[in-house]
Amino acid sequence: MTRLPPALLIGAAITLIYAIIALISLVWTPYDITNLQVSNRLQDWSATHWLGTDQLGRDMVSMLMEGARTSIAVAIVAVGIGMAVGVPLGLAAAANRGSLLDEVIMRGNDLIFAFPSLVIAILITAIWGPSATNAILAIGIFNIPVFARVARGGALPIWTLDYILAARTAGKTRTRISAEHVLPNIANLLIVQATIQFSLGILAEAGLSYVGLGAQPPTSSLGRMLSESQTMIYSDAWLAVLPGLAIVILVLGLNLLGDGLRDALDPRLRRARG
Amino acid sequence: MLRYLLIRALSLSLSLVVASIVIFAVIEVIPGDPAAFMLGLNATEDAIANLRAELGLGGSLVERYVSWITGMLQGDFGTSYTYRVPVGELIADRIWVSLPLAIFALILSTLIAIPVGIIAATNRGNGGDFAIMGLTQLGIAVPNFWFAMLLVLLFAVTLSWFSAGGFPGWDNPGPALKSLVLPAIALALPQASILARVMRSALIETLDQDYIRTARARGLSRGETIRRHALRNALIPVLTIIGLQFSFLLAGAIIIENVFFLPGLGRLVFQGITQRDLVVVESVTMLLVFAVIVVTFLVDIAYAIVDPRLRRK
Repeated sequence: MTRLPPALLIGAAITLIYAIIALISLVWTPYDITNLQVSNRLQDWSATHWLGTDQLGRDMVSMLMEGARTSIAVAIVAVGIGMAVGVPLGLAAAANRGSLLDEVIMRGNDLIFAFPSLVIAILITAIWGPSATNAILAIGIFNIPVFARVARGGALPIWTLDYILAARTAGKTRTRISAEHVLPNIANLLIVQATIQFSLGILAEAGLSYVGLGAQPPTSSLGRMLSESQTMIYSDAWLAVLPGLAIVILVLGLNLLGDGLRDALDPRLRRARG
Repeated sequence: MLRYLLIRALSLSLSLVVASIVIFAVIEVIPGDPAAFMLGLNATEDAIANLRAELGLGGSLVERYVSWITGMLQGDFGTSYTYRVPVGELIADRIWVSLPLAIFALILSTLIAIPVGIIAATNRGNGGDFAIMGLTQLGIAVPNFWFAMLLVLLFAVTLSWFSAGGFPGWDNPGPALKSLVLPAIALALPQASILARVMRSALIETLDQDYIRTARARGLSRGETIRRHALRNALIPVLTIIGLQFSFLLAGAIIIENVFFLPGLGRLVFQGITQRDLVVVESVTMLLVFAVIVVTFLVDIAYAIVDPRLRRK
């Protein structure tokens, strides 16, 4: 392995920092954000409140920490749903290429792909009631076809290789070959795709929360903070700028990480780009 | 080609049928009784019974689904419960905001992305390319509604060049167009970033082809080779993405319209959601999904006409 590309390192560092902040927020934030102190509202940046307080007197550093944690949690679970359902579907489709199963899985995926995901996500959360859980489901459903397609596309060429033939001669079932030989070989692809879907999930969560269909109070999320600060933008623009910046930096970090991983894990790409 | 068209048309119809079933199920089956949902907790039994009759909820699910679909096919989108007017009229009103906004954004995004992508590709590997790639990374990472808020902050609040929201109506074309400028920029930014990256990689890939080297060997200048040979071939994937982006823009306008208080389809859906006007939500959502699926279909067909290799599969 040659020297790691700088984009990968920057992306990994940003992602790691957010992950640490989110973990810390589980056990400690500078202030309790459920404790509203209206007398303390809209404070400037100071030693006691590093980034000031919002219109309800909540400490902005604490709000950002908790908000980042919610956004990350929603995106992680949504990616998890997509992988848990999509990858087995894709593997099954590849293992039985050309069969009815393959056809049904891939056409079903085409259908979900054709849907304007945001519209349907809005619909789901609107009717089932806005909550972080429904936002996760709405985002997660659209991750399923993505992972199914990547898994199938990655698995198909592997099924033509000699060691698969050897495994089949040894009497292993298709399911076992998929799990033991195919899956480890497409792990790279899946990790890269997971990073990309993770960053799309952060953006989708922000959009849903912004229109009031994501996390509900007292839970905070970065999108929710934007929505709550919209009316304050004329007087206290920082309240809207900070959560937005937090989203941009995280998504940027994840995208850099995803691109970097793809280049690093696929030597052919590296040479072609070189 | 005919066979390809037929297969695609079949899958288009199938997509539409499945989409309509999903929307129907989400709205009319899952929440239990739609009439009770629409009237809220304090509704009397009589009011619910009346609304049930008005919405035609007496019939079976299949009957209701069929009557909804046949109504829509005949241009009858139902009657809004809160506005007391046909949903078709509401849509006809609002579409003249959403559609121009999407087209405006698409034009902006294309005008920005294609030259930027070409500059990046022709300067591959040097500082200009690096800067452009960095900016497009940023453009992809920015949530468009937050970018919209920043635009309002800068151009409406600080500089007072534009109004922060609202729509004066097409009776005054100048101000109407002006009120769409900031929303269109906000919508176009992420799309332009993606498009510029597609343009760049398509052109780079084309420039590596043998026929480009042949053209250069024949004595064509670099600029002429790019204009006459490379660009033409590189534009095919770019055009596909432009087509697909149109549907993203139409759907993405839902949130942007809410930032700028534009009376478009997106705001109509949201008002429908907050007022529990399921008839509006159901019909407008179906219309948006219909638009997206049809545009995707047209793009596929156009692509197959341009590139015969695609018809085979």
